[in-house]
This record gives sequence, structure tokens and C-alpha cells, in this order.
Amino acid sequence: MKILVCISHVPDTTSKINFTDGDTKFDTNGVQFVINPNDEFGLTRAMWFKEKQGATVDVVNVGGPETEPTLRKALAIGADNAIRVNTEATDGFYVAKQLAKVVQDGGYDLIIGGRESIDYNGGMVPGMVAAITGANFINTCIGLEIEGDTATATREIDGGKETATTKLPLVVGGQKGLVEESDLRIPNMRGIMMARKKPLTVVEPVEAGQETKAVQFEKPAPKGDVKLVSPDNVQELIDLLHNEAKAI
Amino acid sequence: MSVLVYTESEGGKFKKAAFEVASYAKEVANMLGTTVTAVSVNGGDASELGTYGVDKVLEVKNDKLATFNAKAYADALKQAAEKEGAKVVVVSSSADSKFLAPLLAVNLDAGYASNVVALPESAAPFKVKRTAFTNKAFNITEISTDVKVVGLSNNAFGLKENSGAATAEAFEPALSDADFGVNVTAVDKATDKVSIADAEIVVSGGRGLKGPENWNMIEDLADVLGAATACSKPVSDMGWRPHSEHVGQTGKPVASNLYIAIGVSGAIQHLAGINASKVKVVINNDPEAPFFKAADYGIVGDAFEVVPKLIEKLKEFKSNNA
Repeated sequence: MKILVCISHVPDTTSKINFTDGDTKFDTNGVQFVINPNDEFGLTRAMWFKEKQGATVDVVNVGGPETEPTLRKALAIGADNAIRVNTEATDGFYVAKQLAKVVQDGGYDLIIGGRESIDYNGGMVPGMVAAITGANFINTCIGLEIEGDTATATREIDGGKETATTKLPLVVGGQKGLVEESDLRIPNMRGIMMARKKPLTVVEPVEAGQETKAVQFEKPAPKGDVKLVSPDNVQELIDLLHNEAKAI
Repeated sequence: MSVLVYTESEGGKFKKAAFEVASYAKEVANMLGTTVTAVSVNGGDASELGTYGVDKVLEVKNDKLATFNAKAYADALKQAAEKEGAKVVVVSSSADSKFLAPLLAVNLDAGYASNVVALPESAAPFKVKRTAFTNKAFNITEISTDVKVVGLSNNAFGLKENSGAATAEAFEPALSDADFGVNVTAVDKATDKVSIADAEIVVSGGRGLKGPENWNMIEDLADVLGAATACSKPVSDMGWRPHSEHVGQTGKPVASNLYIAIGVSGAIQHLAGINASKVKVVINNDPEAPFFKAADYGIVGDAFEVVPKLIEKLKEFKSNNA
């Protein structure tokens, strides 16, 4: 089985979010970048397939040279090959077109991405890759088993979950649940050393349009101070929630 | 022309999110000087949509669509959009809508903006405000394609009553075998509990509750309020509560009207995930907990003393205001 894991290079979850150039660009100053957490759950599940069922695992990112350390980290975790599509990730559709080309050239059976990146939260790339390549698609995937060319997947739905069967090739929008948090791997020294020697192929982008553009950013308005209520007077909280906040 | 809206239903009844996206679609249609057409799949009474401004309802009745199927639903919506010459298609932020929206966008050669929180800032160029960086920021996104798909955040717009004829019309999209490549074999859904996505009120517990055996009071409080229950990441990581209750940056997003956090310190990742909630209340014995900086109302106190009192007083309040 050939697996491709799509890796988004995103600011660490603890990052302070600021913008520059008149609030038109994300300020990367002092920001630590990591593998998008939703993608990392997928990568870890891919490693499980590799070790238990036999599979090759490639990772791909659409981005400039600055994203290579993130790909190297994925190699250190255990991926076999990395591919970087050498272009700026301008919007979800453009990225999906680039990934679809990599999928078609590589003949992958299983393509795992995150349900969304934690920076732009577009939540569209895996679905678009499936639609462009004609593969089956499962979003918000929290469980995945493969047997031959059949996949059994569990999807998180509002208020529960559902199980579905489908055929490969399959694109998955993954998240926590594909593996547990405790299954995530921190690269060890041997993995890091080996990752330096693994192939990281740079490919040039295909022609594709951009459909959406983030033209301006803003931060939420600063919040007023918290109104404290005495623990001996919870009735006051109820009154405030009812009369002032109109929330109950 | 017309604005197309996908109005979701469950068990033959429209969901609240359906009325919200209909309300939103109506205002977008006013901006564009056109009408609203809803697509309802095995849905409820079309006239209910008229209350929120829908002019026409394309009713799809098809047993093959009894269970949600993203590809088939996206195909049906695509055909409806083409039939109506729709330039804007509005969907919600439910798990199902987020599943089908990227498929629909590719089918229609449409740009898609998810997590939209307000009416378009302008119709030409078409610009919408959406959340980004998991609620730590907003961005204004311009969609430059001829047809646009807008995914509205839950509870971002609210319900707006309006008058629409809601003329029902049978619609039979041509579906092929290729639309049914994914077969749902089992659905496991708690029918007696309100889901985090649909909830007006969410009650959430953190590590401060000391153990899973203490969750009764969280559930009791949620029951009184008709709320969904949620938890912080450490709580789900330790297995005190199921992952499906984990809210925060890598868990579920929450955009409820009221979010009550009990024994949750308020890590930056947690706050990001729940920040879209309108009113936030924290109960925590540590006055230095970061959540107090993010909350609207707070009680510094022992949850094990405060919450039972709160439940009792809320019961009184509910019986007086019933």
C-alpha cells in the first residue's frame, strides 16, 4: 500500500497571533512552526499501517524552502520520502490542485490529510483532492482500518459517530482519534539522523487558479474585564445571565 | 440567479442550523437583488422555511439518501445550483456540511470560504469575514470565482424571521453509482443528548474536577440548562471523558450562546476553541487561572460547593420562568 500524508506547516498551538504589512500578512516573527496537529494524527496512523501491514509512507507539503524542517520532522518520525511542491500555498483550491498532481503521479492508495489546518482553518483541502482525483473521501475521520482494497472508517458526526466502508483509493480528513494523543511520537536521535539522509524531492507547481484570497486580517476586539460574583451568591450570577447577558 | 441554501434536517425535521442558513441566505439575496431557493433532502415541512425568507424549496425525496452521503448530496446540490443558476450557495458548519462543501466547490468550480461569521462586506468583489487561527483572529476573504460557496459558522448570524412563499417543488437529481462509493454501515448517535455543535449552552469540565466520578454535577447542571457537556483536553487525554467531548484547538470548536467552564484553567488552546461562544462563565478556585481573562462572568470558588448551589438556584429559576 502506498500512503501519502499531506503535511501543513503551521504555527505552534501556543503561538501569539499577530499580523504585519497593514494587517495583510501573518507575522512569522518569533513563531515556532510545527506539523499541523490534525495531520500528525494521520501521520502516526500511517506509521501504524507501515509497521503492522506493510506500506510505504510519503509526506508532502506545498510551500517554500522554509517548510522543509517540518517535512524533516515527519521523516524523523518515520516517513520514507518527502516531497515539497515549491510554491506559496495561496489558497485551499490551489493547494489541492498541487496535491492532486502529486497523488496522480505517485499512484497513492491512501491519502491522509488533517480535517483542517490550525492556521487558516479552511477545512477544504482533503475533500478537494478527493473531488479532483475522483477518490473516495471520508472527513473528520476518527478510526481507519484497511483490508486489501477495502477501508472501514469511523467518522465523527454531530453528537456521535458513524462507520462506513469504502474502496481505495481513499482520501481521509483526519483528526484526533485516528490515533490517541499518547500514540504520537517524538522523533528520537536515530530518527533525526536517518531523516537527514532520506530523500526530500522538490517538485515545481502545476498551473492552477486561485479562487479565494485572505485580503485582510483582524484580531478580536479586546474584551472587557470579567465580572466576579461571590461564591456565596450564585443567584446573582443567574440574574446577570438572565437580565444582562440574556443567555438563559 | 438566486441564492441557493442547503437546509439540513434530521429525522424529517429541519435543524435549527437550517433556519439560520436560510436567514443568512435571505439577507445575501437582498444584497444581490434576488431570491432564495432551499434544497431539502428528505426534509421537513417546506412552509417552515418560508418563515425565514425562503422563496422556493427544491424537495428531494429519495430513499437512497436516507443516510447522509457527502458525494451524493454534493452532486444533488450541484445540480440544484445549476438548475437555479445560483451564484452563491450557503451551507452550515455542521459536520455534514463541512464534509460536502469542498466536494461541492470543486463540482461547481466555486471558491469556498468556511467559518464565515457575518454578511458579505461587499458583493462585488465578494468579501466575507471568517474566523482563522482557531478564533484567535478573523480574516476578510475575497472569493473571485463566478459561483461562491459560503459556509456559515453555527450561531454566528442567528435566526431572522422574514416572509417567503416557500413554494415546494419536487426535485429529482440524477445520481450515479459513482456517488455511492462510501456506504454507511452504522450510526451511533445519542438521541437523548444535545450535541456540542447544536447546543445553545455548553457546560464544560476540566482537571479541577479531580476525577470522572465527579461528572454527575456537570451532567446535572447541563440537564437543568438543556446544555451539552464538554471537557478540556487533559480530561479526554486521561480518559475521564470521551474524545468526542474534547473542545479546544485540536478538539471540537464551540460557538454556543453560553459556555460555562468549571475547573478549567483556560490554556490558550482551550480558549481558542471556545472563543466564538458569546457569553463565557468560569468557576475556578484559582483566581490566577487564565480563563478569568477570557470570561465575561466568573466565580472564584470551590466547584464542589458552588455548582450544587448553582444547580439548585437554576432549578428554582427555571420553575419560576417556565
